[in-house]
Amino acid sequence: MSASTIESSARPLAPARATPTWSRWANDHRKWLFAAPAMAFVAVLIVFPVAWTVWLSLTDAEGSVRAEHSFIGLGNYLTVLTDTTRFWPAVLRTLEFTGGVLVVEVVLGMAIALLLWRPFRCEKWVRVAILLPLVATPVAVGMMWRLIFDPNIGLANTVLGWFGIGPQPWLAGEQSALPTTMLIDIWQWTPMVVLILLAGLTSLSDEPLEAALIDGAGAWQRFRHIILPLMMPTVIVAILLRGIDALKTFDILYATKGKGGGSFHEVETLNVYAYGLSFDYNEYGISSTVLIIFFLIIVGSMWVLTSRKKEAA
Amino acid sequence: MRARTPFTVFRVVALTVVVLTLIAPLVWMVAASLKTNVDIYDPGKALAFTPTLENYTKVLQQANYVDFIVNSLWIAFASTVLSLLIGVPAAYSMSRFAMRRSALVVLMARVIPAVSLLVPWYYVFSNLKMVGGFSVLILSHMFVALPLIVYIMMGYFDGLPLELEESALVDGLTPIGAFRRITLPLSTPGIATAGILSFIFSWNNFMFALVLSGADTKTLPVAIFDFVGYASIDWGGLMAASTVVTVPIMVIALFAQKYVVSGLTAGATKG
Repeated sequence: MSASTIESSARPLAPARATPTWSRWANDHRKWLFAAPAMAFVAVLIVFPVAWTVWLSLTDAEGSVRAEHSFIGLGNYLTVLTDTTRFWPAVLRTLEFTGGVLVVEVVLGMAIALLLWRPFRCEKWVRVAILLPLVATPVAVGMMWRLIFDPNIGLANTVLGWFGIGPQPWLAGEQSALPTTMLIDIWQWTPMVVLILLAGLTSLSDEPLEAALIDGAGAWQRFRHIILPLMMPTVIVAILLRGIDALKTFDILYATKGKGGGSFHEVETLNVYAYGLSFDYNEYGISSTVLIIFFLIIVGSMWVLTSRKKEAA
Repeated sequence: MRARTPFTVFRVVALTVVVLTLIAPLVWMVAASLKTNVDIYDPGKALAFTPTLENYTKVLQQANYVDFIVNSLWIAFASTVLSLLIGVPAAYSMSRFAMRRSALVVLMARVIPAVSLLVPWYYVFSNLKMVGGFSVLILSHMFVALPLIVYIMMGYFDGLPLELEESALVDGLTPIGAFRRITLPLSTPGIATAGILSFIFSWNNFMFALVLSGADTKTLPVAIFDFVGYASIDWGGLMAASTVVTVPIMVIALFAQKYVVSGLTAGATKG
């Protein structure tokens, strides 16, 4: 078809330079022509580094990135998987952090989304308040909470004092540091869950709810038997999106506790551990091994969730 | 459906608590940034204090924060524009030709822990003498922006009716011409959403610049982190620096609230 000739006669100024052959070729191959730059970018910046990481995990690379390294097979995997001082505690912290924040964020997020569901006055201002933590720079958020959780001058202990509760060590305590960072994550990211669930609630059709109301179902019954089942796919999307990021949390942990997750590694999750191995200790072989295992954990949990989503849908 | 009064009261109380919890820490941060360090240590001056801009002048003048602001702006802007340039056409192809597997490859970028990319990048870019330069920071931030843009724009293109493009073809436009003259102008809201979100994510990004930036190319989050690297913490300065990095992005988010929300919830309610 001579679509291009019609086009150039109608608009003589625009594509006159493009020869019909080139133009036709471009149009015929636009599928790949459009996708190619992005795909090439991804291939060069991801596929190659991932392959390299797999290779490094099978070598004894350490010290300088340029240093010689030799193939040692699965030696690193054996070292890492039998390491009960740093690796396994980091796995447990990662799971505790992710599981903990997900449960709280989804429950709180659902409660807040239900409160916001039906329109009301001042709705606009509540929505603004919800958006602010979400877009705040995580490193700055970490610093902000460091001041608030400071055991001596922090606002947190002052507020506890109002209720007659004694001062807590918060981020400074060996036991309390990880739960405190979880609180920070909950503050920043519950709004994200609220937004996603609210989008889901708004797109629910009214009929099943009205029918339930006519049948005399109470608020809890309506939530438990109508809203929750209908919302399940959206809830799983929220868990999926939030879960990927929670597993990989780095900024607030590094900003509040610094290298190695604090002096007792009290907030050292897998991501913080792998970062430290790579850039504080230059243990590239071990770090690549940790990263591969970490990646498998992420993909595994995503796979479980997506299959649950298909069941729920 | 009329809500009964007890519920309304409960709702007002509950939402007030929610809003206070979300806002109070931010207010506290800004308040501390306007206090002298003596006042920060004085619980009696929690809210009743004489505001001073001392911390801001200190941060902006002595600590070169103006340079870091410019760096952050430039890197966020360049990585967003470049990612839009390659991401929007890619998302179009992936949506129209249902290239789900290719889309999955791009979206993998969101799943992979960034640390695993940083070691190879660092090796290659330091051999190319690029570490510490703007180009490598822009490239690394594109890695965050691109999957986001492809994800949002694919959803957007999926929702655009095919009929408009088809009638443009009947009217004599080439398929690429139809994309350029019909689909792209119609996609402005989607592109705005993707662009704003990618700017925010780049502005907030910490880890890439932590490893790949040099003294001249440091971004704001790294500059803030360096603030606590030494001896005792200058809380006033630190809070001023934190305010400088968070407030601009919050202002952008407020003005573009609709776009930010639709970007963050993109794809959440589809099957």
